[in-house]
Amino acid sequence: MSAVAVEEVTKQWGETRAVDGVSFTAAAGSLVVLLGPSGCGKSTTLRLIAGLEAASAGRIRIAGRDVTHLPPARRGIAMVFQSYALFPHLTVAENILFGLRVRKVPAAERRRRLAKVAGLLGLERLLERKPAQLSGGQQQRVALGRAIIAEAPVCLMDEPLSNLDAQLRHEMRREIRALQQKLGMTMLYVTHDQSEAMSMADQVILLRGGRIEQDAAPAALYDRPATAFAARFIGTPPMNILRSADAGVLLGIRPEDIVLAERGDVAARIGAIEYLGADSTVTCMLGGETVLARVQGRVGLPAGAAVRLSWPRERVHLFDAATGRRLDDTMSPPPAAAQELGERVAAAAGG
Amino acid sequence: MRRFEPQIQGWLLLLPAAVLLVAFTHYPAVATVWHSFFSTARGGRAAQFIGLDNYRDMMDDPVFWQALRNNAVFALGTIPVSIALALLMALWVNGRILGRGMLRLAFFTPTVLPMIAVANIWLFFYTPGYGLIDQLGSLFGLPEHNWLGNRDTVLGCLIVVTVWKEAGFFMIFYLAALQQISPVLGEAAAVEGAGRWYFFRRVTFPLLMPTTLFVLVNAVINSFRLVDHVVAMTKGGPDNASALLLYYIYDVGFRFWDTGYAAALTVVLLVILAVLALGQFLILERRVHYQ
Repeated sequence: MSAVAVEEVTKQWGETRAVDGVSFTAAAGSLVVLLGPSGCGKSTTLRLIAGLEAASAGRIRIAGRDVTHLPPARRGIAMVFQSYALFPHLTVAENILFGLRVRKVPAAERRRRLAKVAGLLGLERLLERKPAQLSGGQQQRVALGRAIIAEAPVCLMDEPLSNLDAQLRHEMRREIRALQQKLGMTMLYVTHDQSEAMSMADQVILLRGGRIEQDAAPAALYDRPATAFAARFIGTPPMNILRSADAGVLLGIRPEDIVLAERGDVAARIGAIEYLGADSTVTCMLGGETVLARVQGRVGLPAGAAVRLSWPRERVHLFDAATGRRLDDTMSPPPAAAQELGERVAAAAGG
Repeated sequence: MRRFEPQIQGWLLLLPAAVLLVAFTHYPAVATVWHSFFSTARGGRAAQFIGLDNYRDMMDDPVFWQALRNNAVFALGTIPVSIALALLMALWVNGRILGRGMLRLAFFTPTVLPMIAVANIWLFFYTPGYGLIDQLGSLFGLPEHNWLGNRDTVLGCLIVVTVWKEAGFFMIFYLAALQQISPVLGEAAAVEGAGRWYFFRRVTFPLLMPTTLFVLVNAVINSFRLVDHVVAMTKGGPDNASALLLYYIYDVGFRFWDTGYAAALTVVLLVILAVLALGQFLILERRVHYQ
């Protein structure tokens, strides 16, 4: 039985559909990331599951129970908010214990659970402080503590790391993942950061315009993006999407699959080189198109130099130009497609 | 010499404001204390130093005690009610309700009106026989009542006018403070299962404490300071039943021209206000959370 099941859920405000017929399930004990650009409906979806917004249509089940019309407190969820939503006048301990007090959990039990959570999160020495006396990372831990002390089977997180600096974000990412696995929670995690999604998730649900673009494990999302949008959203730098002579087809090549070589299928000119340490991102001008290539280490060529590019044919992704959907779900790309691209570019360069 | 130049410049910049403050606030305050130790000058007889005689007279002055008692009743009658009402109205118009803007305006209107106009409106309400209250009462067969002419009801009538006038003003402060409270806190509490009353008691009200303290200090000061409606509606009568301390000072100082005694009364009023304000800060400060 899935811990969370969302069935054809729609949220409508007047004419706009923030969430449009979304369905997915989250397995118990898994970390599911709702990913997408801003305005894609991921936060709204989470708030619908939390019960902070009412669904216009569809059903939501948590642990097999239909919770579509239940208030948040009766859904068996805990939630961490983007702004942490700590009560500024209460101490760390009181903040964490807020929900237990509401539910009138006995004092001895409260103390036991507080000690456990404080130990898990390293908050023992901060319990008497007020939120204003804590750093961003510490506030984040308190918000996390308030969510896990409830021991709810499902934990919802709305962009919990977006207010932290890059270094801390990395640490917290690992820590949240470890905590989730240790406690066996089902976690629904909203983010717009694809690297957060790729590194933490068991399952990624990519949203766009209120609809699910793809629902898959991180590796599947990367290796076989279902749409051109998914292909460009996942991976840095993003996948190159090129028009082909066959107007109905788009070609996708990941930057790391492109090789700069003496001999190659396609002639190009180097536009710019961005050196990143372990690798470099090379912007190549290919006729009228720009192609990004990711190569190891330094590139010993100046901007403007002529290079030839090649890529393994089996790494080319094909998408329908009209719908954006993946075309080659089973077959390997026709050799003609890659061949044809080279010819077209050569023609453009010659003309 | 050069070393002092910035200092001189600074003092010069402060001078205009300082002159005004000294001339119209500090000097009169000190002069009042000074004059309270003197008798009032009367035709041909200059003011004489009489020490604490004015204060001794005050102890034996039944009207002073009556005014003080009236003022205490007036303060206790207006402050808690107007603050509670202000908070209730603010909570109401802070919610998502239809016609919210109109409601806010309606609640705030009494504050905008001049007290003299307010007093005249309420004079009509209270008029025996054909006033609004008696007209409504007569629908239910209630007898005529001289609200302002009766020793037992006159102070209550003034309290109602003041609450009506003040509550809207305090509401604005509460409304501003409520809008500073992030709605996410309410959502976090809802996820934890806190009901509306629990959330108000444990989150909203404590977060409003700085505002409550500010409003309380203002309400206390106002309860000793507002006398416009006494002047317009009752002139302290009947039989001093609605005389408030400041009104009595006005009477003594500018109608009986006993300036020495009026100065002594003023000093007492200032001391009362200072003690009250200090007490509020010292007691409540510890319980107030400032963001």
